[in-house]
Amino acid sequence: MSGFEETILDEADETVRVRFVVNGRKVACEVAPRETLVDCLRGELELTGTHVGCEMGACGACLVQVDGRAVHSCLMFAVQADGARIDTIEGLTESGAIADLQAEFHRRNALQCGFCTPGMLVNAHELLSQMAQPSREAIRDALSGNYCRCTGYEAIVDAIDAVAKARSVGDAR
Amino acid sequence: MDFEETAVKARAFSYFRAATIDQALDAHARAGDDARFIAGGQSLVPALSLRLQAPRLLIDITHIAELRGIRREGACLRIGALTRHCEMLSEPLIAEFAPLLHAAAPFVAHPAIRNRGTFGGSVALADPASEFPAMTLALDAEIEIAGSSGSRRVKADDFFVDLFETALQPGELITAIYVPLFKADQRFAFDELARRRGDYALVGCGMLATFTSDRIDDIRISFFSVGNTPTRVKGAEAALIGFGLDAERIAAAQAALESDLAPPENDEVPPAMRLHLARVLLGRLLGRLGEAG
Repeated sequence: MSGFEETILDEADETVRVRFVVNGRKVACEVAPRETLVDCLRGELELTGTHVGCEMGACGACLVQVDGRAVHSCLMFAVQADGARIDTIEGLTESGAIADLQAEFHRRNALQCGFCTPGMLVNAHELLSQMAQPSREAIRDALSGNYCRCTGYEAIVDAIDAVAKARSVGDAR
Repeated sequence: MDFEETAVKARAFSYFRAATIDQALDAHARAGDDARFIAGGQSLVPALSLRLQAPRLLIDITHIAELRGIRREGACLRIGALTRHCEMLSEPLIAEFAPLLHAAAPFVAHPAIRNRGTFGGSVALADPASEFPAMTLALDAEIEIAGSSGSRRVKADDFFVDLFETALQPGELITAIYVPLFKADQRFAFDELARRRGDYALVGCGMLATFTSDRIDDIRISFFSVGNTPTRVKGAEAALIGFGLDAERIAAAQAALESDLAPPENDEVPPAMRLHLARVLLGRLLGRLGEAG
């Protein structure tokens, strides 16, 4: 009945093989169970667009999509993501899904150092996929878990607000 | 990677993904209870990373189908332990039959945390500053627990024992939470006071009341961020039952908080300030409850 083998208790330092679909491509890598998803993405897969900030879920710099939903890749071990679909800022950029958000962030100086930007974009992308016309308050609420230490947020909220409006005009045509 | 060189990395552990409840319980026992169940992991992963906890084995329960799903069962809603916080917002059954949970959900952490964190995990952790454990008290919920000696149900009133301490024994697992269905003669209210949205509340409160026209027949009021456990305020409840919600009754309930609550010493939020905030919040919520009729 049990799938549990006691021998794994002595293998804490050994790597295990995980497979996932990252940015549309199947990948497999060897990770220690304690390796977080963000360390795996950056260290093993060299996808360094996802940033590591606080490593405890407070700053939002490490957001990626797991099975289509924004999650903190520092609050997940890579082994937990075995079998999942993961989309990072690199994949979202390549697919063009957030091209308008990126252009608007650029145009409105919604970034300075850029450290928080991948997380901001992943979060903004999820917000706009769930809510076509979010109020500025709703945008601020959605970004409440993303720290930006440069911009003061105003330009970021402006950029997301502008994209939401542009997209809904586009849909109406 | 060289984990020993960096401060915020978990100690080594083995990982096991359980397919059934029995497998999970068995693995826990065979690791000599030096194990932790992981579901959403939104509190456990930081605790591991900060090395506040260092179990030998991590048992992933997120692929156990029996722990999923929300359904009506008799006079209750059975909410599977793996129900994610974001589902409290999106699931129609929650909005209709457990609207207090629906109302509390937007206050739980931030959107990306709500995408992973689970109801069962939040209740099992019993963080006294968390919204959902306190709401199980207001809802008179029952917690279903699986262990080596079988399954049992514990009332929320008997579940929260002390700071991060619950009726759960080592190796036991929450499988579901039963919430009595919301009825037409009931009203609810929820709010919290926090310095910033998404931060832990300075004080928070949720309540569920049964009315006959404008008279309160029954009310359960639960506070969080006021002490070592989520806390029902029975003195305030008693001051309200049998009466209509007028200014005098609301003042009586607010006054009762003095003996219902004993906020801990804290440099940032002294007990007197927390008690004051609790009174303000209770007044606001009872006012809304009166208007909701």
